[in-house]
Formats: sequence, structure tokens, C-alpha cells
Amino acid sequence: MAKTIIPVGPYHPLQEEPEFFKLLVEGEKVLELEIELGYNHRGIEKIAESKSYDQVIFLVERVCGICSTSHPIASVNALEDLADIKAPERALYIRSIIGELERLHSHLLWLGLAGHFIGYNTVWMWAWRYREPVLDIFERVTGNRQHYAMMKVGGVRRDIESDDIPEIWKMVDGLLPVIDMFKGAVIDDPVIHARLKGVGILTKEDVFEYGALGPTARASGVAIDVRKDDPYAAYPLVDWQVITQEEGDVFAKAVVRILEMYESIKIIKGCLDKLKAVGGEIDAKVKEIPPGEGIGHHEAPRGEVFHYVRSDGSNRPVRYKIRAPSYMNVPTNQKSVVGGTVSDATITLAAVDPCYCCTERVAVVDRKTGKKGLTGQDLIKLSQEKTLRIKRHIGMMKE
Amino acid sequence: MDLKTKALTKSIWVFHFAAASCNNCDIEILDAMTPKFDLERFGMLKVGSIRHADVMLVTGAISHKAAVRLKRLYEQAAKPCLVVAVGCCACSMCIFRDSYNMAGPFDRLVPVHAYIPGCPPKPEAIIMGVVKLVKALKKG
Repeated sequence: MAKTIIPVGPYHPLQEEPEFFKLLVEGEKVLELEIELGYNHRGIEKIAESKSYDQVIFLVERVCGICSTSHPIASVNALEDLADIKAPERALYIRSIIGELERLHSHLLWLGLAGHFIGYNTVWMWAWRYREPVLDIFERVTGNRQHYAMMKVGGVRRDIESDDIPEIWKMVDGLLPVIDMFKGAVIDDPVIHARLKGVGILTKEDVFEYGALGPTARASGVAIDVRKDDPYAAYPLVDWQVITQEEGDVFAKAVVRILEMYESIKIIKGCLDKLKAVGGEIDAKVKEIPPGEGIGHHEAPRGEVFHYVRSDGSNRPVRYKIRAPSYMNVPTNQKSVVGGTVSDATITLAAVDPCYCCTERVAVVDRKTGKKGLTGQDLIKLSQEKTLRIKRHIGMMKE
Repeated sequence: MDLKTKALTKSIWVFHFAAASCNNCDIEILDAMTPKFDLERFGMLKVGSIRHADVMLVTGAISHKAAVRLKRLYEQAAKPCLVVAVGCCACSMCIFRDSYNMAGPFDRLVPVHAYIPGCPPKPEAIIMGVVKLVKALKKG
């Protein structure tokens, strides 16, 4: 049979973001998958070098709209690691509450979109309707439905007032029957079983090989979660569990996300309880950032967000580096989509909950010769040379 | 008001173009279509092809790679096609104006008929923008 290329994107009705997939198919079977990115590249790392530390947090918030508090949390973690600052306890609880509220809205959003991708539009409309109370709470607590601007080096910008606590409690309590309903509508539905079970399987070995993160890895039985592995904020102070599934197919990924919403509600309730008792400051009032380097991470709804910052003692970073989870998760599609059918490709591509605006990288290409300015090997060589140079500079290596 | 403009004010079908956006405006546009705000009850529908659309919603600052596609898509649109800039990035490029990968303000690439500022604009703001656009069209 003849081989055909099916282009999906870059502006495809099913996709919210511009990305380009080339599917090489033979009949119904997908033989190869090529992913082309770069439509969304904004050069945030470079812009960060021209902003002061306070501004950087607002900038990284705009890396991604769905996980828009994950990047700031990772950023403040990195800066606090650099300057060796401890945020007050009350601020830690507020950070965790905001982080988990975001996970709730993000997982509901994904559930809706996934329903839309398999033609189950009822779930789409339901999920997006029941997501609204979460956004209303955000508007009440932070002043904006998205881009909350809550994080600050050494604390948080706004307090959660005592009369907001019963409102949040009421909202998450109202969400429990909704998640129960989704559990019934998705996990116990025979049609969804037939459609999603055994589709787009990612094995445990593939997860290690590709370095997949977040719910994508947890659905394949790898219990990887930064909130447990390297605790920060208030996550070690409340009781919750890491959700895993063994199958690794699209269905398992949906189950992991639905069950994670229960854990998020558990964390929020635990933090709200503690918040009533813990008083005091919400800000450590940091005046300056010393020279040095720091790393920080946060378990975003899609996986681990990693930030690296390097300071020379001025008010701006000299180097800012961001690695978002989709950067590791999107290439796993090479394993899960290839070998399946074309009709399963869209839901499998969406199952990792890709976020391309976080992932975008850029490659400089010479237009005349078509050659890449720097290849992967060149970059490795450059980075090794740079590490040596820095080691010599800070006196870690003798000549 | 001629027939073409009159037809344009009823059941507006929108095509959504995400340039280099952070997803938030895109989500709020979808949000305006889903049950709480429900723009669909006025016959507004998100369509898959620019050839079916009356309005093109553009979100995000325009990167070099997306600018080529934006011009190509606008040329393919059946005219009259209105263009609406949604969000601060599309309106003024905001914090991304210093970036090395930006193709310049979006209203220099294609004609823009309405601006909806905000980071991201709330669904209420998007609805208000649409209402103002329709009112302006009716006025002539």
C-alpha cells in the first residue's frame, strides 16, 4: 500500500495552539510522526535577563496561561535557593493552596478538551462549566481569573483573608460531587472503555527512556512527583498521596488526573485548616539577591517545572533557564502514537496534556544553505566548554 | 447598510488564530462559548476554517514563524472579514516587544477592526468587545 503524509496543523481546528504534526501513514496505521514547533517562541529566557527579579516573576507567569502559577512558584523557589531565604509558614500554605486550585482547574480543562477530542462534547461543556467556580475563587482571592500574581521572593503578595476561607471550603466541597459525576461518566462508561483502553500505550521503559514527567509518567506506574520527592511549600506539612496507574494508556492518564483532583482537594482542605491556626507575616521582606546560582521546581499539573537562575549580585539575572514538563512529554508521542491508527492519533497526542507555549525552542537556520546554525553536537560542546570556563572562574578547577 | 454588512452582524462565526500566545486568551475565548457565558446562543460559533469565518480573533504577540501563516490565512478569508485583537499581547505586544523573535505589531501586518485589552481579557470583556463591534457595524 502507498504511504501518505497527513499534515495536522499548524492551525488545526482541534488545536488551541499552533504546532505541526506530520503523520506518515500506510492505510490507517501511523508509521512515523514528526513534530515541528517554533510558532510560539517568544524568547522569554532572554527577556528575563533585562528585567529585575521582581519583574521576572510576572514575566515567567506569562510563559503559560494554564499553569500560570507553576512557573512563578518554581521561580521563587529558585531565587530563595539562591539567596538562602525561608518564606514564613503562612506564605507556604497560601502557595500550596494556589498551586492546588490551579491543578483543579487545569485537570478539569484537560478533561473537557479530551472529551471534545473523542467527540464527547457533553463532557467538554460540563467540565468547563464546573471549572468556573474555581476561577471565581481565584478572582475573589487574587483579583484575576488567570495570571494570579500571587508569588513573591520570600513570601506571597496577598493574604487569604479569614472570611475567604469558608468560601474556598464551600467551593471545593461543591466540587466533590462533580468529580464523582465525572468518575461515573468517564471511568465507569463502557463506551469510553472501548474507545480509550489499550490506546496509545506508553510503557515504563519508555517513560525512563524519554524522561517523561507528571501524570504521563504516573499513568505508566512511575511514582514521580516533586511534591513528594523534593518537598517544598506546604506539601510535606499536609497528608496526601501520589496517584499512579499501571496501564500507561490514554484511559490510565484520564484516571490519574481525575483521582488527582481528590488529592488536590485534600491538600487544599489540609492547608485551610492549618491557615486558621498559623498567623503572622506573609512576606520575609527580601532586599537583595546575592551572587550565585539557584534551582527551583514545582509539580505543575503537567509535570515538573524546573527553573535555573544565575545572579552576579546586580538586580537582574545573568542567566535564566526554564524547562517545562511538555518538553519531555511531547516526544513520548513518538512511542505512543506510532503503531496506532490515525483516528486514535488526536486523542493520544492530547493525552500528555501538551502545552506548547512552555515548550517552544528555536533553531537558527541559514536560509541560503538550509544548514542549522548550531547542531545538537555543537550545543553539547559549547556547554561543556562553558562549564569548564565557569569552574575555572570560580576556582573549582586548577589549571 | 448594504446587504453584506447586514449579514455580517448576524450569527457571527469566528476563527481563532493563536500566534505566540500563552494560552490564556485562547482559554477565555473558549470560556465565553461554554455554558456560563454561552455566546453560542447568539449564533456565534467557532469554526475550523478561515474560509467559513466572519471574524478572525487573534491572540498573542506575532512571532516570525506565525506572521507568515497569519498573512496567508488573512488572504484566504472571504471578505469582508473583521479582525479582532484579543489580549494585551495582540494589542500592543506588551512585555514581548523587546523579544528577538517578534515580527512587529500585529496591526501593521493585517488591518485590525477592534482591540480587546486585558491580560487575559475576561469573558465579559470579550462579549463587550463583540457587542461594540456589532454596534459600530450597524452604525456604518
